[in-house]
Amino acid sequence: MTSGQLLFLLKGFEGTLVLSVLTFVFGGSLGFVVSLMKVSDRWWVRTVASTYISGLQGLPLLVLMGLAFYGPNIWGITLKPLVAAVLALMFYAAAYFAEIWQGCIKSVPKSQWEAAECLGMSRVQRMRLVILPQAVKISLPPTVGFMVQIVKNTSIASLIVGYAELAYNSKILNNSTFQPFLYFGLAALLYFVICYPLSVLSKKMESRLIQR
Amino acid sequence: MNYTFDFSFLAEYRPMLMQGLLMTLQLSALSTLMGFVAGTGVAYLRVSNNRLFSIPAAIYVEFIRNTPLLIQAYFLIFGLASIGVDLPIMAGAVIALTINVSAYTAEIMRAGIESIHKGQIEAAHCLGLSKAQVFFRVVLAPATERVYPSLVSQYVLLMLATSILSAVGIDELFGIAARVQSITFRNFEVFIVLGVLYVALSFVVRGAFNLLGKLVFPRLRRLGTPL
Repeated sequence: MTSGQLLFLLKGFEGTLVLSVLTFVFGGSLGFVVSLMKVSDRWWVRTVASTYISGLQGLPLLVLMGLAFYGPNIWGITLKPLVAAVLALMFYAAAYFAEIWQGCIKSVPKSQWEAAECLGMSRVQRMRLVILPQAVKISLPPTVGFMVQIVKNTSIASLIVGYAELAYNSKILNNSTFQPFLYFGLAALLYFVICYPLSVLSKKMESRLIQR
Repeated sequence: MNYTFDFSFLAEYRPMLMQGLLMTLQLSALSTLMGFVAGTGVAYLRVSNNRLFSIPAAIYVEFIRNTPLLIQAYFLIFGLASIGVDLPIMAGAVIALTINVSAYTAEIMRAGIESIHKGQIEAAHCLGLSKAQVFFRVVLAPATERVYPSLVSQYVLLMLATSILSAVGIDELFGIAARVQSITFRNFEVFIVLGVLYVALSFVVRGAFNLLGKLVFPRLRRLGTPL
């Protein structure tokens, strides 16, 4: 392996990190909105959110990538690989984040809602000042846990949309050198280097939450 | 938007797509079955008091769970080909999926096994049950029943993940559809059809697993109390 090849692999690693961070930011934002919709007091808003979550969770990410990549074509728009990949991963991650976070919001004891209501807070105030601060604490371990899934799933962006991240670059290196154990082994190691600390962190946060 | 949707390719390519769908189900069923058996085995090693077993099992589970399936499949299938092991592509795909899902199964089953109270096992031994009886009836069956919902979710995800194996040349639903797409150039329409099929498939598979659960674990149905 030459230093150029190693550099190319690390360039892919950088792509994976960029894609993961963008997915977390955009998917998290959309997921937050959907999770609030899921606990809305209007039934039709809740139905929209539930339909979104169960529909998206029944789609393989690969199909979502295709829809995000070819969908805008019908308006004559061709998206860059990174944009299409972020779009698909955003819709995917939002469904799982919404599911996780609505559970956290619901797990805040009902008496907290009632107490806040007694204090004369509006629904928005109750949510913002009383419920969400408590829900955020509960939500940290599963959120970090799902970040592992995001990092791993960015590898699928190498297939349909062809975004140059770690899986894509290691495949190219293998195609030209035919050393699959070396390059895919290194790629696996690089994924592991990001994912394992996140997994450990998630578990640690969880046990700390249970202890208290 | 002056784009006309054209789903006419469905008439001609429906048999092909159905074949792909069947392949997806076969691939999922095989790797679910093998992954459950292998994963349960790994879970047993994981909870063993002997570190010689528990540490390698933990490394296996953590390494598989923290790397993407796509890389695992590339590593295994292209790797074996490079050292001259002539494995049928389908076998390679099933092995890759089995390895992947066994690690997740092991983690779920470990939680189930650890939830079985020690006193239950001691009581079973006192009653003179054989080791195999204790293993299957006192530990494995109730443990599986407790974690069954998590297992079902994992296996539905596995069914969706089989689409990734199209990247190594498996002609399952996604692989076939990609071929239809390259013949007909109806890119967006093909993916819409795929989306509908996979969502329907995931509902059917989840329903089938829930039905299976009712048949295999009759406690809830008969007594109305979960474990």
